[in-house]
Amino acid sequence: MSVLSVRDLTVTYHTQAGPVPAVRGVDLSVDKGEVLGLAGESGCGKSTIANAVLRLVPPKTKVTGEILLNGEDVTAMRPGRLRAVRWSGISVVFQGAMHALNPVQRIGDQIAETITIHGQADEKGAQVRAGALLEQVGLPARRLRDYPHELSGGQKQRVMIAMALACQPDVMIADEPTTALDVMVQAQVLKLLKELQRELGLAMLFITHDLSVLVEVCDRLAIMYAGRIVEEGPSVQVFNDPKHPYTRALSGAFPQIGDRRFRMAPSGLPGDPPFPGNVPEGCSFHPRCPLAFDECPTIDPELYEAGPSRRAACLLVPRGDRVPVAP
Amino acid sequence: MPAVPAPGPEVPQPVLAVRDLHVRFAGRVGLWQGLRGTKPVDARAVDGVNLDLNPGEVLALAGESGCGKTTLARTIMGLERPRSGEILFEGKRLGRSTKVLREYRRRVQMVFQDPTAALNPRQTIYESIAEGLRVHGITRGPAGESEEQLVARALSRAGLRPPERFFLNYPHELSGGQRQRVVIAGALVLDPEIIVADEPVSSLDASVRGEILKLLLGLRNDLGIAMLVVTHDLGLAWTIADRVAVMYLGRIVEIGPAESVLTNPIHPYTKALLEVVPEAGGIDRPFLAGEPPDPTSIPPGCRFNPRCPAVATGAAEAAGVLPACRERDLGLQELRPGHFAACHLMSREAGVESAPPPPPMEG
Repeated sequence: MSVLSVRDLTVTYHTQAGPVPAVRGVDLSVDKGEVLGLAGESGCGKSTIANAVLRLVPPKTKVTGEILLNGEDVTAMRPGRLRAVRWSGISVVFQGAMHALNPVQRIGDQIAETITIHGQADEKGAQVRAGALLEQVGLPARRLRDYPHELSGGQKQRVMIAMALACQPDVMIADEPTTALDVMVQAQVLKLLKELQRELGLAMLFITHDLSVLVEVCDRLAIMYAGRIVEEGPSVQVFNDPKHPYTRALSGAFPQIGDRRFRMAPSGLPGDPPFPGNVPEGCSFHPRCPLAFDECPTIDPELYEAGPSRRAACLLVPRGDRVPVAP
Repeated sequence: MPAVPAPGPEVPQPVLAVRDLHVRFAGRVGLWQGLRGTKPVDARAVDGVNLDLNPGEVLALAGESGCGKTTLARTIMGLERPRSGEILFEGKRLGRSTKVLREYRRRVQMVFQDPTAALNPRQTIYESIAEGLRVHGITRGPAGESEEQLVARALSRAGLRPPERFFLNYPHELSGGQRQRVVIAGALVLDPEIIVADEPVSSLDASVRGEILKLLLGLRNDLGIAMLVVTHDLGLAWTIADRVAVMYLGRIVEIGPAESVLTNPIHPYTKALLEVVPEAGGIDRPFLAGEPPDPTSIPPGCRFNPRCPAVATGAAEAAGVLPACRERDLGLQELRPGHFAACHLMSREAGVESAPPPPPMEG
């Protein structure tokens, strides 16, 4: 059974300009020990999904559909239950997490606080566990006494990962966890996340715009565009043999060094991702699609079966046409 | 004459050359430390760089954050003042006189990382672009074009067509990709020979990046503009660069043709940088450990030696170069045609003596 499963999720933000549908009907599930990658550009709704799962959306936001955590519906939880589930059932590592640390509190106390609040240990036990967690993320336990400003960006992100693991969650959501880090540090943190996930058998939802990072750490990939999933499947297959023209364009934006097809041949898409409140009719991708044909502006494609454990929301799939490989 | 990229007779004269450039930022100490006699240590952000940019060439400058690549670009633009060394534009030493600098700043244009920060939010697109012309006192184009015609041509060259449609827009009405095109148009309107672009696409959406890179490459191909592109993304270098220079702690440690540097790197640092480029085969390969280095404490010897895998694995010791790695600073050595690297071990393997370092800071 899936640890986390989302059924027909819609999230509509309430704004002064009227309702903005950020997520328009998304299904996804993550099994124990599995990493699901969620990719897409800014405004596609990927972070909104993370926030909806944790019930961190603004008060007037309309959320429909089901979010099941170990079979229990998050959308129907009472506040007390929700507080208990956050961090111990499901935890999150954000992009700006480095700035989420309290600057005037030692990091050891901050990690221990999470543990004591959830009643998993007393003060003393929590400090011991905090030390063990730091070592687990590759920092010596003596750094418990450090303040955040004494750590580098990569080290702070490691502390945030330690904190996310503090209450032994079943699911971890990583929302752009390495975007603000330097290339070399990014690789180290990604590797750490992957190793911990494997070691602890965590289910993980990994969200980023960087498709090449996802291929490296995920088992399965879901590609989002304009509030919907447009393609999903095993990550390497999705990256190397995309079934949706949008996925093809995204993977073309992360060229493989040494691949002659990309040499002196940058490829991109015309236009810009649509604004969530103003999604085109028919297939939402058709105005930018290099392969669009006459039916695309009128038919909104569902996710069609596109090979074993693969699905894509493109009218080319039922027609049996292949999407040519990039670029 | 420095030992580095000495142009052969067939190579055209570089349009821009940097010689033994040093840039330092003053260090600071707190009051208490100052009273106890602690001396501030300067950050040697650029520490002896030699670089040539040939006409119509795209040169990518890569490295970790803190390696000095952005400082080098800003110094070339005249936005930072070098402590020593010189910048040669079309073979002539760039003086400090306002008149020369003004002319230089027309012909060398910069494109910044974040177009939203680079544009004045209260200025229309037309005003933003015409401002460059007005600052330089240009009222007519070379063929007698009016200001409006020059602005329209720049916008249209930057891919904003029809240009008139954008004249009265404000930056917030445009998308990120369009804003970056406006910034590029602002550079193009002055008809530059060189564009220095600092991470030109890293703040843009993935699907938009390719179009902006295509535009930059097109400007080189159609107008012959030479480009220095600062980037941390080696994949980007593979897509648009003719040559790649890799910087580490204020020095260029490897430079050469893009294909040679990226598919067959010489320097262990370049190899490590290529190792962290994500790939589809999973993440179970070794990465360089440690944090980005600190320009206030550059280690003696080869500046990469404390992190160097060749030192850690004993390869340097086996080849008998370890003392040199630890003690002797070095410069770039041509180890393949047009491909230079600063590494004691690789020079030894090629059977040559490693090159002496660039001269220390004057004065």
